[in-house]
Parts: sequence; structure tokens; C-alpha cells
Amino acid sequence: MSSNQVLVKVEQLKKHFPITQGIIIQRQVGAVRAVDDITFDIYKGETLGMVGESGCGKTTAGRTILQLYRPTEGKVIYDGVDLTTTKGETLRKMRRRMQMIFQDPYASLNPRWTISRIISEPMRVHKLNSGKARLERVKELLDLVQLNTLYLNRYPHEFSGGQRQRIGIARALASDPEFIVCDEPISALDVSIQAQVVNLLEDLQNRFGLTYLFIAHDLSMVRHICNRVAVMYLGVIVELASRDELYDNPLHPYTQALLSAVPIPDPKETRARQRIILTGDPPSPIDPPRGCRFHPRCPIVKDLCSEQVPEWREILPGHWVACHEG
Amino acid sequence: MSSTTTDSTDVTWKSLEIAERPPLTPTQVAWRRFRRHKMAIAGIFMLVAIILYVTVGTFFFTEAEANYTDLSIKLSPPSLEHPFGTDMVGRDLFARTIYGGQISIIIGLFAVFVSIILGVLIGAVSGYYGGATDSVLMRFTEAMFNIPSLFLLIILGKVLSGKIANFNLLGRSFSGSVVVIIAVIGITSWMYLARIVRANVLSLKEQEFITAARCTGTSNFSIIFSHILPNTTAPIIVSATLLVAAAILAEAYVSFLGVGVQPPTPTWGNMLDQAYHHLEREPWMWFFPGVLILMTVLGINFVGDGLRDALDPRALSESE
Amino acid sequence: MDPVLELINLVVHFHTQDGIVYAVNGVSYAAEAGKTLGIVGESGCGKSVSVLSAMRLIPEPPGKIVAGEIFYQGQDLLKLDKAGMQDIRGKEMAMIFQDPMTSFNPVLTIGHQISESSIVHFGIGQKEARQRSVELLELVGIPQAVDRFDDYPHQFSGGMRQRAMIAMALSCNPSVLIADEPTTALDVTIQAQIVDLIKDLSERFDMAIIWITHDLGVIAEIADRVVVMYAGYVVEEADVFDLFENPSHPYTLALLKSLPRVDTYSSEKLATIPGSPPDCLSLPPGCPFAPRCVYAVDQCRHENPPLDQSSFEHQIACWVDITTGRER
Repeated sequence: MSSNQVLVKVEQLKKHFPITQGIIIQRQVGAVRAVDDITFDIYKGETLGMVGESGCGKTTAGRTILQLYRPTEGKVIYDGVDLTTTKGETLRKMRRRMQMIFQDPYASLNPRWTISRIISEPMRVHKLNSGKARLERVKELLDLVQLNTLYLNRYPHEFSGGQRQRIGIARALASDPEFIVCDEPISALDVSIQAQVVNLLEDLQNRFGLTYLFIAHDLSMVRHICNRVAVMYLGVIVELASRDELYDNPLHPYTQALLSAVPIPDPKETRARQRIILTGDPPSPIDPPRGCRFHPRCPIVKDLCSEQVPEWREILPGHWVACHEG
Repeated sequence: MSSTTTDSTDVTWKSLEIAERPPLTPTQVAWRRFRRHKMAIAGIFMLVAIILYVTVGTFFFTEAEANYTDLSIKLSPPSLEHPFGTDMVGRDLFARTIYGGQISIIIGLFAVFVSIILGVLIGAVSGYYGGATDSVLMRFTEAMFNIPSLFLLIILGKVLSGKIANFNLLGRSFSGSVVVIIAVIGITSWMYLARIVRANVLSLKEQEFITAARCTGTSNFSIIFSHILPNTTAPIIVSATLLVAAAILAEAYVSFLGVGVQPPTPTWGNMLDQAYHHLEREPWMWFFPGVLILMTVLGINFVGDGLRDALDPRALSESE
Repeated sequence: MDPVLELINLVVHFHTQDGIVYAVNGVSYAAEAGKTLGIVGESGCGKSVSVLSAMRLIPEPPGKIVAGEIFYQGQDLLKLDKAGMQDIRGKEMAMIFQDPMTSFNPVLTIGHQISESSIVHFGIGQKEARQRSVELLELVGIPQAVDRFDDYPHQFSGGMRQRAMIAMALSCNPSVLIADEPTTALDVTIQAQIVDLIKDLSERFDMAIIWITHDLGVIAEIADRVVVMYAGYVVEEADVFDLFENPSHPYTLALLKSLPRVDTYSSEKLATIPGSPPDCLSLPPGCPFAPRCVYAVDQCRHENPPLDQSSFEHQIACWVDITTGRER
């Protein structure tokens, strides 16, 4: 399980996507502030959940950590190395150690490649194994994700969603990484398949001591798989705590509303629950509200909230929250 | 309550999945769909017939015969001896359509080759790198689009003509003007392809499998050539077939305007040009090369249509 | 109480290049006024096709309603001609979809599109229709409805568009509202808003709701009665409380056990259902769930169990009594 050793340190990370105008000479007229100053650590061997609603910046955060998007500001320190200043061959070498599992099992595999070629790509890029050994490794990986090794020379279109997701997982494992960003890995799968994939991810973690950043919007699943959970809203993290602390003692009003809105598959309990129904929709990240970003929808808003950005503070040991209240 | 969760069940369900369906490659899927397209199959037959005509025909006539002038029989109508008749200097039109066809088809193929290289390169670079590179390349493409290509063809044809020496290939001597015309048609026909490729690259590069490749550390070169372009082959092949037809027609236009391949080397295009003054009285002079051009272009278009349906990306998910 | 909409032994096939897709294989269910019928199942289980057939909205061909009856207030819809069906659709039965963006015409204002159906169905004038539409928008909780009337679909957020679509569906006072995964594309906080809204509307207007979803959590919240579908068959049907307390089909039980819960934590592994749902092109002989079922006995692999309708309360299609693990 998780240790106290920090594997990834994210410091004041920002990612703004410029909005430009002009045909040849483009000038910036604004920015989508997808990730706007987030700070947290990921410990070796843990699963850190990152939850929030669509457009809250959780996917961008994951991709910026992996340097698939270069950050606008801030640092990502991976095992002592600042990735944001790493370039070229050095960064490529680092990539062997961190991988990603994607949401859409249909779009994440090259439709013209065989399964064998897809899974061995990371080995080709990083010159790991060769010839026969590489093929053996591909078979071993297929075995690991519980797929028949006879499927080696088939194409993605012949597989179901759940099987494709397993292929994606095998590819992510091919270069022996230690850190994997799982970007909504189960949300596109059928209900009866989701548990299979989640169990597989857990098994692999135990076996290889993997560290996961698990991005999801399904709060029930996150409670099941994660050790700690960060809640994002409109580009910022509003609360971060260990699993049970966050679910049993949520401090931020947004976390409270979010948790109370998740239906429970039990009609008696779910109907007896007191729910906090938020009004309206999240505002646009192009022009986020001043002060606390949640204040226009917050049920316990104060005057201060619209003026001052709440401080990101550790209210209880390991329980971080950004709210003027409490 | 017995538990439904055991890893031992995983072993059994492996065998349940897609049991004994023979694997079909994306190419096989495409071929199956293509075969169902009747017009495309007809197109294939037309093209095979044309290709047999221009290849097997050379066993019956030498090139010297095709260029042999005999003023005594000039402008004679089709007869047993000269099935397609003769032209204004008494050359046998049957033999000339065979050798002319070779050149027309070679021009079509090579010109398209040039235009694919230019179009794919410009389109892929523009789409993949985006930003200023994209702006500059696309404005250039648009500029090329806006200049009437016939005008460009004539200008380039005039400028380049006579600059390239005659050469031998496969035991045949070719006029240097063939190379000129290939280059000219290639240079004036890549823009449409570049746009298609760019649009495809733009949508492909946002796909997760490209992100996956970047995440793995795959180089940009590799991403473009082994991930993106293979997934763009469908639109490239489809537009390339149609471009071949267009190139053969373009050769006919420029030859008709007198800046194409220079006589005595025959092409279907310059044969039409020579028929210009004989439209009414000696219709066989334009009829035969005209019909051959028509058949080739129609055949290619039918095949292109079939390919468009067969290579439809949505077909990939359909394993039949 | 007589059902408003009733499907009896509906069979729907799709004729494709690859063969016949057995999408719906003898499905019966009924929706009552003021009640919500939940239909739950995974993708391809026929839950959408069955209601779309009731609305006569499946493309024919390739689709074909092979057998069965569909009664709307005692009238067999399958015997109606196009015009007759047109009258019922929209006016008596309305539908909302998963993706509200594609259900609106992007170049017309929201208000225009809502008024249009009032004008067509009630023959009222522009002005009156506008007034009515604004009331509808207010009814579904769109703030400043008067001002938002002239907005285009893209100016609405996802949740707002879903509300606007509900307003459009309500514009003719339908007695049946079919909701096909209406909250799947929405965030949980917005989903909670929409669930509350529809619950409220159903009570106020005594509408029958048919709510199609793959999410058992949402079913637990909104449904009064639940139909569980698998591979084109109804495998279990019961009152919502009974179903969750006492799931009696192996598939329902397995699904419920595979769901983690937001309110409790258990360190145990999630229960899984091995394999994946069958392809409706080639269903296995016998019970379609048998290859994935831990309770399956020999009979299950040869003979498909019928839905036992001897008791209305709780109907199951299974040869095995899962409480004892023995054949019934």
C-alpha cells in the first residue's frame, strides 16, 4: 500500500489554453483557465483519486502532469526531477516510467495496428527487449490483463469495449512504469464490465507496486479504489483528504453537495437521504468568478467569498480544504 | 449467497469471447465491401481492358510503325488494314492509340505520384504542427487554388519545355516533354489532397491513440508516419484515383492547347489536338482516342467511388 | 388501475448485412399514470429499442416489429396508420433523449422550437404559443424564462438544454413521458436536479414516466416499478423496493453486488460478472445469461426460461431459485 515517500510533487500548477484571433498573425484574446494553481503530492504506491464534474480540469491536470500539455506555470517534480524543465531525449526517457490509461477504449487504440504491435510500441520506443523476447513479453502482458494470447494478431475492431480497455492497460504496463494516470478508465464501459476492470487495476497495483492518479466522476467507484481523494471545481482543488475522511467528513460545501447528489443503489436509503441540490450550472473557465470560484452556487456563501480567494490549508492532519468557512 | 467474483471464472470466460471467428484485417473488410460494389467491379474490368490494350498491343506493332508516315494513305477512314484509320500524315491510328495510351497512363500515374508527395507532406505537416506553420502553408495552398490551373499549366509548360532532354525507359525513347508535363500536372494538382490530409490529421491528432503514443515517447516523425498517415490512406487513395483521371484529362487539355507532349511522341491528348482540324470530315481521328480517354476516366472514377465506400472508416468497426 | 401504455410480447428484429439482430424478444411491460417505470440494462439489451418501437420511431427497414401489441389507452398503436401515429406521438406520448444538443435544431431559437409543437398540435396563435412556452420554461426551472426564450441551443448549458427539452416534451400535455438515459451525459449535481424535476412533474400532471437507464442508482431514486432487461429479454420485473431488497434473477443480483457505494467502504474486491453481454446477432441457445451465470444448470443451456408472470408482484425468468441454488 501507500508509503510516505512522495513520487510526484505538483506545485502551483497552471494550464491556460490561449484563445486566439487572427489569420496569420495570431493574437491572444483570452484564455481557458483549465487548471489554475493546484498543489498536491502523490505518494508512492497510493491511488489518488481526482474527482469533479465535466470541465473542472481534472483531465487537463492529469495530462499536464505527464507533460502532454506543457504547463503555463508551476512545477511537476517526479522523483526529484522537475519535468517542466525537462526536454527532448531526457523527457522521452522519463516517459518510460509514467504511463496513461484512457477513457475511450475505441479511440485509444490505433485501428490499423494489430494487438501485438500496439502493446509492443512502448518497448520499441524505449528499446526494451527485442525479437523473440519482445513477443514473449507481449504474451506475458496479455496474460496479465487476462486476454487470450491467441489474439496477438487481431485488430482492435474485433474486441468488445472491456477487452479493448484491457489491451490499453497492457500497453501502459509494457514499459514497466511506476506511475499511471488512469483517465476515466471505466466510464465508457458497461456496468457489468466496470468491476472487472477495476479489480484488474487493483491486482496490478498490488503486484507491481504501481502508483495511480485515478481521474473519475463516479464517486462511488473512487471511494472503492482510492486511498486519498482530491475534489476539483473549475480548475482548482477545493478539498483533498484520505478516503474515509473525505467521504465521512466532507468540509467543503461543494464536496458535500457532490456527495449528497450521488444516488445510492438502494431505494430506501437514497430516498431517505437529505440532499443538497445545487442551483445552476458551473460557470465558464474562461472567466471564472472572483474570490472563491464556488461562491455563486454555494449554499453558505458569505460576503468575503466573492472578494477573497480562500487559502489552501491543512485543517486537520492530511485534510486540506480551500474554504473561508470552518 | 455464493460469490460471483473469483478469478478462476476468468479462465473460462476467455474462451467465451469472440470464439472462432476468423480474424479479418481492416484491408480484408474493405475488400469485402468493395466486391459488393457493382460499378467498381465494372470499372476494374474497364481498366484491365485498357491496360491489356496498351501492353499486349505492343506485340503487334513496333513504335516505329506507330510513327511511320505514309502520305499516300493520309486521312484514310477505318479499314481492315488500318482499323482506326490514319492521320494527316498517314500514320496508323490504331498503333498510335496503343503507344499514346502508354504515355497518357504513365503521365496520369506519375503526375499523381508527384501530387501525393506534395499534398501529403504539406497537409500532414500543416495539420500536425498547426500554428504559424499551418497558417503559412494553408495560405500558400489557397493561393495555388485561386490561380486557374489551366493558366499555370500553360505557363509552366512553356517555361519548362525543351529544357529536358529525351530519355530511354523500358526500351522506349520518351520525349523530355513527358517529364515536364508530369511535373506541371503534379505541381498544379496537390492542393485538394493537402486539404483533405490536413483535415484528417487535425481530427486524428486529437484521438486518444495519438496521445497514447506521445505519452509513450514516440517521436513526432513516427507518429506522423506510422500512426497518422496509415489512418489517412483511405481518403488519400480515393482522391488519388480521382486525380489520375483528372491528370489524364489535364494532359489532353494541354496537349490540345499545343504545350503538352511534343509530336511525334503520341499521347491520347495530342492525338485529339491533331484531330482539331478534322472534326467533321475525319471523325475517326478524334473518336478513338476520345473513347479511350472516356473509358479510362470513367473506369477510374467508378473504382474511386467503390473505394470511397469500401474504405469508409465506419466500416472498420463492422467485422462482417 | 389500467395502464396508460402497455407492450405485450413485443418482438423487434433488425435486418443488417451481417444477419438478423434479435433486439427485442417478446417483451411486455406497462406504464401507469403518475408512476415511473424504470427499465434498466446494459447497452444493446433492447431497452431503448422497445420504447422506440412503442413510439414507432425505429427505422423500418432495417428494423421490423415482428410480433406483439402496443396499447395506448386501449388503442393498438401497431394498427394505426402514419397520420394516426403522428397524432399520438408528441401529443400523447413525448420523449426526451440523452443528448439534448442533437435534439434541437441549432439554427432556431429554443423558444421557437417549443412554441412550434403547441402551434401544430393545438392550433393556437404565435402570441399565445409564446406565452405558453415561457410558462413551460418557467415550469422546468429555467431562470429568466422570458429573456431566455430567444436564445439559441448553444447558449444553454447541458443541464439547461435538458430542461428545455423537457419543456418541449411537455408542451402538449402528454400522458406518457419516455426518458431515454436523460441524465447519462450530465454531471451528478445536475442529474439530481433533473431527477427531482421529473419526479415533481410526474406527480403534478399525473404523467406516466418510462425511465430508461443503465444506472441502478438512478433507478433506486426515481422508479416505482423496475424492469430488468438482458439481451432483448425481460429477466426480472418487480416493485423497486422489492427488487433491491430481494433481487431474484442472477443477473440483477450480480449487477447489484458489483456496484460500489458512495456511503460505505468495504475493503473487499468488487463482485464481477465474467465475460461480456452477448451479441444479439447470435444469441446462445437457452438462457442468454447462462454463459456468464454462476447458478447455471444444464437446463439453462438448452431452454430459455420464460418470465414467470404468475405473481404480479415479482416476476423472474430463471430456472434456478437462487436462494437455494436448486431448480425451481
